[in-house]
Amino acid sequence: MTDKNNKSTNPKTYKFDTLSLHAGYQPHKNAGSRQVPIYQTTSYLFDDVDHAAALFNLERGGHIYSRISNPTVAVLEERVASLEGGTAALATSSGMSAIFLTVMTLCEAGDHLVVSSQLYGGTVNLFRLTLPKFGIKCTFVKPRDTEGFKKAIQKNTKGIFGELVGNPGNEIMNMPEISKIAHDAGIPLIVDATYQTPYLCKPFEHGADIVIHSLTKWMAGHGSSMAGILVEGGNFDWMQNDKFPTMTKPYEGYHGLSFAEEFGPTAFTMKARAEGMRDFGPCLSPQNAWNVLQGIETLSVRMKKHCYNAEEMVKYLLGHESVAWVSHPSVPDHPDHNLAKKLLPNGRGSMIAFGIKGGKDAGVAFINNVKLASHLANVGDTRTLVIHPASGTHSQMDEATLKFAGLSHDMIRLSVGIEDIDDIKNDFEVGFRAARKPRLVSNQ
Amino acid sequence: MKFKVNGEEVFASTGGRPFDKNKPLIVFIHGSGLTHMTWVLQTRYFAFHGYSVLALDMPGHGLSSGESLKSIEEMADWVIDVIDSVGFEEASLVGHSQGCLVTIECTAKNPEKIKTLSLMGGAGAIPMNPELLSLAEDNNPKAVDLMMDWAHGPAGHFGGHPVPGLYHINTGGMLAKSRTIKNTLGVDFRACDNYKNGFEAAKKIKIPTLSILATGDKMCPVNEGKKLADLIDGSRVEIIDNCGHMMLLEEADRVLKVLKSFVLENYPPKKL
Repeated sequence: MTDKNNKSTNPKTYKFDTLSLHAGYQPHKNAGSRQVPIYQTTSYLFDDVDHAAALFNLERGGHIYSRISNPTVAVLEERVASLEGGTAALATSSGMSAIFLTVMTLCEAGDHLVVSSQLYGGTVNLFRLTLPKFGIKCTFVKPRDTEGFKKAIQKNTKGIFGELVGNPGNEIMNMPEISKIAHDAGIPLIVDATYQTPYLCKPFEHGADIVIHSLTKWMAGHGSSMAGILVEGGNFDWMQNDKFPTMTKPYEGYHGLSFAEEFGPTAFTMKARAEGMRDFGPCLSPQNAWNVLQGIETLSVRMKKHCYNAEEMVKYLLGHESVAWVSHPSVPDHPDHNLAKKLLPNGRGSMIAFGIKGGKDAGVAFINNVKLASHLANVGDTRTLVIHPASGTHSQMDEATLKFAGLSHDMIRLSVGIEDIDDIKNDFEVGFRAARKPRLVSNQ
Repeated sequence: MKFKVNGEEVFASTGGRPFDKNKPLIVFIHGSGLTHMTWVLQTRYFAFHGYSVLALDMPGHGLSSGESLKSIEEMADWVIDVIDSVGFEEASLVGHSQGCLVTIECTAKNPEKIKTLSLMGGAGAIPMNPELLSLAEDNNPKAVDLMMDWAHGPAGHFGGHPVPGLYHINTGGMLAKSRTIKNTLGVDFRACDNYKNGFEAAKKIKIPTLSILATGDKMCPVNEGKKLADLIDGSRVEIIDNCGHMMLLEEADRVLKVLKSFVLENYPPKKL
């Protein structure tokens, strides 16, 4: 068993930038089309009744109905799996649906999850208010409280969930340590790595078992399309205990199939698709999958510029008279600075939180007067985005919840784009001028 | 399902259907360091179409207990023990890569028990690249990375898995890393390297035999597979183009089509 033409012992599998452009797609099977075709179809012809039965019985791979799978979406799934170092992936209509599908694949009524408290506000509401309606309870733990994750695990706990870098405070989960806690308890670690993309961090290399992305953000970059994905690392042993019977036992919901026995390192994705997409149906449209693929083609190029601009903005903000504080993992006194160097070697990301002197009124004036930076409820666009969480994304929270979520009234959340850095700074100067005299400056 | 062979627990996938002693048996033998899961796109067809299927995890591999067997000859004897243990008098064998060496040896020694033989990515001998062998025996994960690189054809490197959402190279790599590398891949590679009886064994085989070879197979190239097939009387050869050594996944549908045609013709299911 040898490759006689290979004179070295270094594998020649394709690297990140190449996979970003090519993974998951074979032109010779698609009429030679160099670009990935958009399969804008609901369903797929069966050759005969045996072929139909074979597809439904999972005897062979293929497509039945675009709610379950679609060839354009499948290219995106393979591409992201390849970039993450995962075995399989399942794309969904949004990042939130990827989280929901992951939880519903993992848990049943009566189960419990341990969840980081520093999350996107919508995710907090899912875990705090919506999942209990399905009989799934959650215990929130601050992301830096590593021991707290251990203490919160119960007999019926089925997983630990967190954002690798918390939204919007930039707290970093200690993935290597928390994954050890999860694995010692026989449960998986699920990490939302939307802020990082696989260019900045590959969570599977640090112990995560399932990675989730809102592809809407940096992965796509263009801010045109909603999409999400769950990616499976393939390393979690579902059969090590009896916590996951719908993965390991003959499952009534799918012809007595044992997903873990039959599909091993891809079992979770297979179940999420066969059961979750069938029953819940949060499928991604082929057009949006194609749009996201266009973004992923330039992921590493964009992320380099995002990170460069972010570090320039950190320096600018740290030296600015109107700024009370700056939170970004590149700042040496950030509590997770050293952890960030370990987990995010290619750059610390482009999300910055900073406090504006003058509190809430100054924050509102700043947001109302910047012109280049867009005031909206998104992050990870190629354009610079700003929001004042206390009056925007997290405005539904009361004082106590705001405090628990690590938010303050003076906080501005900045998603640094890839515009010319001088133009971003000049725009911020206008905002800061207005913030210093909020009552004297027009909102126009 | 799980059952005991020589006191050790053995796992075999039955292709998603209950194991039925009244249906003809097909036994699938995986390649070096891998598991039953490599066969998922072949086994389920036969299980749903009149056969009893056992896609085995070799001892010490996947979900089977015990230690890895150290020689191809021991593995061949163990396959017969499996067939006996599940109460069958005869079976059809399907092997991939190292599994081809095992099934050739097994068939040559037990002509009365084996009814058809299907070889995928097979050769009469599989001498190992010394550096690859050394890496595997040293428990170095680079051995798996190299194997996945060499085992996939140019198209497989990009992906295009027949099952939507699965990525070939990482899935194969994770299978090969599912147990301690030196205890599975290292032992298997050494067993392949030591095995010298393939061509002699092939000359003794007189049952219907199919060889499926792939033009992009760097590990067991087409000419090596043909050399082996030439020694087996009446052997049928099918060549899959634009595909590597992991043909059973890279071109699962084309492989299944050829395998179906051969097995249904030479080892038909019982009429109910």
